[in-house]
Amino acid sequence: MTLKAIIVAVAVAAMTALSAGQASAAEKFVFTAIPDQDESALRKRFDKVAKYLSTTLKRDVAYVPVKSYAAAVTAFRNNQVQLAWFGGLSGVRARKLVKGSTAIAQGKADPFFETYFIANVSTGLTLSKDFPKAIAGKTFTFGSKGSTSGRLMPEFHIRKAFGKVPQQVFSRVGFSGNHSRTVALVQSGAYEVGATNFKVWKKGLANGTIDPKKVRVIWKTPGYPDYNWSIRGDVDKAFGAGFAKKVQSALLSMNDPDLLKSFPRASFIPAQNSDYAPIEATAREVGLID
Amino acid sequence: MMSRRDPSPLMRTTTGFLFVGFICLAFADIAVTTGDPWKEFSLLLEGLVTPDFYKTDSLALSLAYTMAFALLGVALANVIGFGLALIFHSRIVRVGCAFVRAIHELFWALIFLQLFGLSPLTGVLAITIPYAGIIAKVYAEILEEADRRPLAAVPVGTGRASTFLFVRLPDAWAHFRTYSMYRLECGLRSSAVLGFIGLPTLGFHLETAFKEGLYSEVSALLILFYLVIATMRVWMKKPLLPFYLIGAVAILPWSIAFSWAHITRFFTEDIIPHPIRAGGENMMTALGDWVSMLLYEQIWPGTIATVQLTMIALVVTGFLTLVFFPLISPLMLGRAARTGGHVFLVVVRSTPEYILAFVLLNLWGPSMLPAIVALSLHNAAIIGHLVGRFTETIQLRLDAVKGMNRYFYEVVPRIYRPMLALLFYRWEIIMRETAILGILGIATLGFYVDSAFADLRFDRALFLILITALLNICVDAISRTVRAKLRLQTSLEER
Repeated sequence: MTLKAIIVAVAVAAMTALSAGQASAAEKFVFTAIPDQDESALRKRFDKVAKYLSTTLKRDVAYVPVKSYAAAVTAFRNNQVQLAWFGGLSGVRARKLVKGSTAIAQGKADPFFETYFIANVSTGLTLSKDFPKAIAGKTFTFGSKGSTSGRLMPEFHIRKAFGKVPQQVFSRVGFSGNHSRTVALVQSGAYEVGATNFKVWKKGLANGTIDPKKVRVIWKTPGYPDYNWSIRGDVDKAFGAGFAKKVQSALLSMNDPDLLKSFPRASFIPAQNSDYAPIEATAREVGLID
Repeated sequence: MMSRRDPSPLMRTTTGFLFVGFICLAFADIAVTTGDPWKEFSLLLEGLVTPDFYKTDSLALSLAYTMAFALLGVALANVIGFGLALIFHSRIVRVGCAFVRAIHELFWALIFLQLFGLSPLTGVLAITIPYAGIIAKVYAEILEEADRRPLAAVPVGTGRASTFLFVRLPDAWAHFRTYSMYRLECGLRSSAVLGFIGLPTLGFHLETAFKEGLYSEVSALLILFYLVIATMRVWMKKPLLPFYLIGAVAILPWSIAFSWAHITRFFTEDIIPHPIRAGGENMMTALGDWVSMLLYEQIWPGTIATVQLTMIALVVTGFLTLVFFPLISPLMLGRAARTGGHVFLVVVRSTPEYILAFVLLNLWGPSMLPAIVALSLHNAAIIGHLVGRFTETIQLRLDAVKGMNRYFYEVVPRIYRPMLALLFYRWEIIMRETAILGILGIATLGFYVDSAFADLRFDRALFLILITALLNICVDAISRTVRAKLRLQTSLEER
């Protein structure tokens, strides 16, 4: 009796699921963004962007939050999102996996992005022009495992300076998860040294979450290309001819300071896949791409 | 003077495990690395007593999703597990079940994320598959150990189906029901934890809130979670089950598209080792390099750390159990004090060890210490509860000694065998959980699995997961041998 009830329930449930799946396959343009900082504020940051894109493109646009850089790439690869705000490395990975996808825009600061090496004041380290070799033997935290400014570039410079992998250079190596957390961990002393995105550092200084008496910058990397908006190659087929172009111009003409602040960028400029060739080469050298 | 006779096998085993545990501890990294752990702890406590239920976006929805994944996952696992239990004598089924349950639900979820993305299928299957393997084994054991006397009363010529339905099943059915309730509780925990890797359950917000130190939000999420588990016996009524299941299916966002092409791609490209995909003349050499690189750089150090952490956690769990069980034992404490003990044990064992480890990692920094404490607390609360309940059946002489003498000379000797049985039973569970803690940054096998997923190298990820599964199966086999040798048995209620 109960077994039968359960079987019926499961069957009904399965039918509902299937029909629901077919009914709502209507074309909605969806985008995501890598969770690079202040994860609790992600929705607040990007729902505004979704609203802006909805009005400008005159169609339903939604933002889906993801938990990791890899999840952003996977969603893009599986066409669960068609547009994404990637980092340099995640963008390269995503575009390698989706044939025909292109980088269409980047922040004004992105062609010359920087990583800041930061240290707790207890280390006594101060800002230097050359790579601070005195960080050897200290505890060190990267940001997310898949981050360009929090992992790839700092690891590249560490390997170059010491000729060894970070695990052999430092007494302990961690991955904080995102840039604001890297700053918090170094500031609290949980790690002595860390590497973070310079935009996140400057934002933290401006809004007072960083205490300069506890943590300071000890080295700035040379510039490299970083964040980008990338779009799938098949959007024109799915959303009408010229759709990718429309999205690009919507992004480039975004000038509301409140919207731009959430990235944070001054404005967006055009980008193309070849801009990120140096990132791909570095990732290959460090062994993060096969 | 001590007599010099040989110690019993029970003592020899205990000493052996203690020795291994201490050796592992001697080589373990158990430093507290945060600058001011107590300040963070006081902030956490402050947050816990000032819960804020309005901070989280779509809190009610994520609670509903948490329950929906658990209900559907466990219901499906019950149906499949029951079917498999009937054919559990087949070797293939037994080995298959051992294999799927050796892989933690978080690993399953990471795999299904590649196949179905954030579709609800990912969450449901991540629970269903390993749980079906566990349920099949337990149900098969229940059927095997069921009362055989009714069989003798069956008239000659009765069909097999009728015998099964009317003679064997009724006795086992009550056990099935108790066990599925326990599985549902586990399912709720698993479902919450799946949020840590991106599914829209409570864990999704919990992870963010913890990471950013929003402890009032953490508190609200945890309170909701405990409430759901604590009231399970109230809301989980048999006649309501079909409605819950339909409700669960109705609220989950099935609309997220999934395609067969993605699934085919996963099996025919993604998980094929990179050197084979790249092909070329030197394929075999490249493949050899690939395997030996993984072996030396990831599998070897990862396995060492996994075994090390497991052994330490097992021994510490044993010690903590000895501390925890008196809290609810009528032989040791009065009624009022026991109520407090029950509340304490319920809270500690309802908190998934993954979440416990995550909290402690934030407080103390990334060494093995948070993992050891989290695993031991959680498991000792479970075993302590069972051992405490067991002491309710012990009758002491009216003039038995009191206090410490009673504990050491009357109670501990009586509970020691059942306690060891439970410890060895949970050994494999502790190891499976140890591997998964790597996702949080402790260098067990899970750390390398997580790195492989972060690098979108699914070939490596799958290879590492297979190794993890093999390790679990080995420990399970050793544990079974030890239990058989020492004639340690756990009863059905204790699994």
